[in-house]
Amino acid sequence: MARIACLGMMVPALLAAAPASAADAARDAAWAERLGWGPSAAADGGPAPGSDAWLRHQLSDPPAPLPPAAQAQIDAMRISRERVAALVVETDAMQRDLKAITDPDQRKAARQAYQKTLNGLADEARQRFVLRALYSPDQLRERMTWFWFNHFNVQAGKRDIRAMVGDYEETIRAHALGRYRDLLEATLRHPAMLRYLDNDQNAKGKINENYAREIMELHSMGVGSGYSQQDVQELARILTGVGVDQKPDAPKLKPELQPLYQRAGLFEFNPARHDFGTKHFLGHEIKGSGFAEVEQALDLIADSPATAHHVSLRIATYFMGDTPPPALVDRMAAKFRQSHGDIAQVLRTMIRSREFGGAATGGFKEPVGYTLSAVRLAYGGRDVTNAKPIINWMRQMGEGLYDHETPDGYDLSSAAWSGPGQMATRFDIARQIGGGAARLFQSPDAAPDAPPPPSPPPLLKDSPVIAARMATLGKPTLAALGQARSPAEWNSLYFSSPEFMHR
Amino acid sequence: MRNPHIHRRDLLMGAAAMAPMVMAGRAFAAPQAGSRLLVVFLRGAYDAVNIVVPSTSDFYRQSRPTIALPRPDPANPDAPLPLDADWALHPALKDSILPLWQAKQIAFVPFAGTDDMSRSHFETQDTIELGQPVGGHRDYGSGFMARLADILGTGEKPIAFTDQLPLCFRGGDDPIPNLALANVGKPIDQRQATLIQSMYAGHPDLARSVSEGFTVRDTVYKTLDQEMKAASRGAVSAKGFALSAQRIGTLMRDRFNLAFVDVGGWDTHVNQGGATGYLADRIGDLGRGLAGFAQAIGPEAWRSTTVVVVSEFGRTFRENGDRGTDHGHGSIYWVMGGGVSGGRMAGEQVPLSAATLNQNRDLPVLTDYRALIGGLVGRQFGLSASRLAPLFPDSRTTDLRLI
Repeated sequence: MARIACLGMMVPALLAAAPASAADAARDAAWAERLGWGPSAAADGGPAPGSDAWLRHQLSDPPAPLPPAAQAQIDAMRISRERVAALVVETDAMQRDLKAITDPDQRKAARQAYQKTLNGLADEARQRFVLRALYSPDQLRERMTWFWFNHFNVQAGKRDIRAMVGDYEETIRAHALGRYRDLLEATLRHPAMLRYLDNDQNAKGKINENYAREIMELHSMGVGSGYSQQDVQELARILTGVGVDQKPDAPKLKPELQPLYQRAGLFEFNPARHDFGTKHFLGHEIKGSGFAEVEQALDLIADSPATAHHVSLRIATYFMGDTPPPALVDRMAAKFRQSHGDIAQVLRTMIRSREFGGAATGGFKEPVGYTLSAVRLAYGGRDVTNAKPIINWMRQMGEGLYDHETPDGYDLSSAAWSGPGQMATRFDIARQIGGGAARLFQSPDAAPDAPPPPSPPPLLKDSPVIAARMATLGKPTLAALGQARSPAEWNSLYFSSPEFMHR
Repeated sequence: MRNPHIHRRDLLMGAAAMAPMVMAGRAFAAPQAGSRLLVVFLRGAYDAVNIVVPSTSDFYRQSRPTIALPRPDPANPDAPLPLDADWALHPALKDSILPLWQAKQIAFVPFAGTDDMSRSHFETQDTIELGQPVGGHRDYGSGFMARLADILGTGEKPIAFTDQLPLCFRGGDDPIPNLALANVGKPIDQRQATLIQSMYAGHPDLARSVSEGFTVRDTVYKTLDQEMKAASRGAVSAKGFALSAQRIGTLMRDRFNLAFVDVGGWDTHVNQGGATGYLADRIGDLGRGLAGFAQAIGPEAWRSTTVVVVSEFGRTFRENGDRGTDHGHGSIYWVMGGGVSGGRMAGEQVPLSAATLNQNRDLPVLTDYRALIGGLVGRQFGLSASRLAPLFPDSRTTDLRLI
């Protein structure tokens, strides 16, 4: 992999290697907007965006390393150094211990320590996500990781999911460009999903339909696609016994059930909690056999034409905006079926289509995409040492990382994010990012009221990316930029412009 | 009226409270006729029958061995509070909602909901917010609150107190503002605001959204300035929904008359609790918030205000294996306000038994939400049938004489 990552070396935007021509630079920037988190202030070498070699790399090569400074921040995190099972066992023990404390003050302190530990783990995951989005050369994988996380949404705030959410995202990242069927099962086997949708409580005679319903409705086939309430109930029965266990030892089981027991990390299939009756699911009879029933059900779900269409439509909407061309979605769905859910092939079908290439923009930026693209453009060549302001900006705009409460994930439509109140908030944030965003370069441990280090605003106007884009800006935007009284104001106006709101 | 600069200046000069300020086609001034409507959406499908309890039903208690509330009993603090011969109120609402019932300012409409049988949160929330017939093609660019704003015309002042523009307010003739009340900050410097608006002049989708955004931010900031200053000096202030609801009351007294807010967290599949516990805490918060809203809006405005509390569907009548409930059908809606003819259970009812449940699982829907809200709005705003017709296409109104 002959990619030279020259990020993180304090290279000011101005010194980034100049592309061959302004037209090339504009085209490269457009690809970076459409398929990644936006063009960076740092050039990242490698094949030209949009070229076959670039697409091959984005879709199939193993991930390229991050710049050392960003990687060092990630390596120092607890979520990098410790296994998720150990973190969950530890925080669970904290919670149990605090219940035993009788002194109210000590108990309060113990509860705060417990919450702080859990919050710290979720915050690490958020920071890691931001660092990768800012600096990873694998921009398409990063975009798809966010897409799939949102598709298979969990909320960090529920129960102890904060301790698991980083690992959950890693699991998704590993499958983000692989096979849908594998991704579906990876989320099903993850304790974060099992806790979030209550399947760890779903047992024979104590049926809980929550997860079964959302698999069908949100994760795969889509509501109104032909499955019935009966199918939901049958899938819930199939999923009985699929849960989470953090105890060191397997439960005591009757000898005939022991071979059916499964355990992998925190994931557990407990046959003693499973309903072994025959099920009728999506027109097929599934004989009671244990976890093999889940595999059968997932095969049926993943092979369903409704799933191919629903997932393709979601992907196309994410990359192309509100109303992707139906004919293209149909071709993506056909590729999905023909390739047995090979996500990279579905993406290639979309990216290489006439419709994608001919579209003027990739749609309105949602808050996460807006924030990341502004920070990459302004500061992608510097080392962000404190990602917290970025995380807070996303939250202020209503799209906090891992914060969405319900399993449908954040809305993909532009109307959800372009309302009057949200635009006003966005302009505030544009001003903060454009003005130097000094807190990004503060020590993450600094006191909240400590003065941040000086950080002059970047000279965005002179950056090659902007220079290449000036020709694409409308007259009103150019006129407003012409009235800017300072670099900070120029940046804020640029980040507030209608052109920058769209990919 | 497309010169936002002039109007912003007028607004900043403090004229806003008295003179109608037309910004991008929408007026901002104190409501004239004074009718106000707030729709509160409980997202996640609240377990209605554990809040407004069919207290005399043995079938209810048999169906819910661990989460049912006991029979009314003045000596038992966990017992629900009798409303009439058949129904009782969750004890967590004793100090907030019960007084409204006693003042006949709240009615409950049991067996209310939609004819959407998907039992999907998201599908049914969309159904309600769009207010279009189930089964037809859905137009996601036309929510019922936006249509109501259009029917009422230029005098209306709609707003969503949410961090995203909800579906029900999408697609109006003018863009409808949304604002999360937890995030109200000082508005941007006027010169920059003007420059930003100039970049959007003529932008087909965003121009009006942007100018409306600046206007509403100014309006809300001015109204809440005192309260926010007090809060920033460490004054004890309400939290969460209670804070938002009080602020909504203040804003609807003076500035807005058509509003929407949503409250999440009602999807209680596991350990929802009974007289105490998770659901009791949430409903307690909601009740305090709504009572705080009624107080903040003040007695005069309260007389002409209607609050409708809806949820996408009810839950299974029987509890599930995890001391919770799964997705069901019919719910119980609330209609409250100073001019409401309350203190009663309104709309058609049936005795509760296994035979009367919908699909032997959940409450049937006997009062359609479109008919209910259409009937309310028609009376409140004095709309003829023909003016009301576009609000809920292909729907008949039900006049429960609640106003």
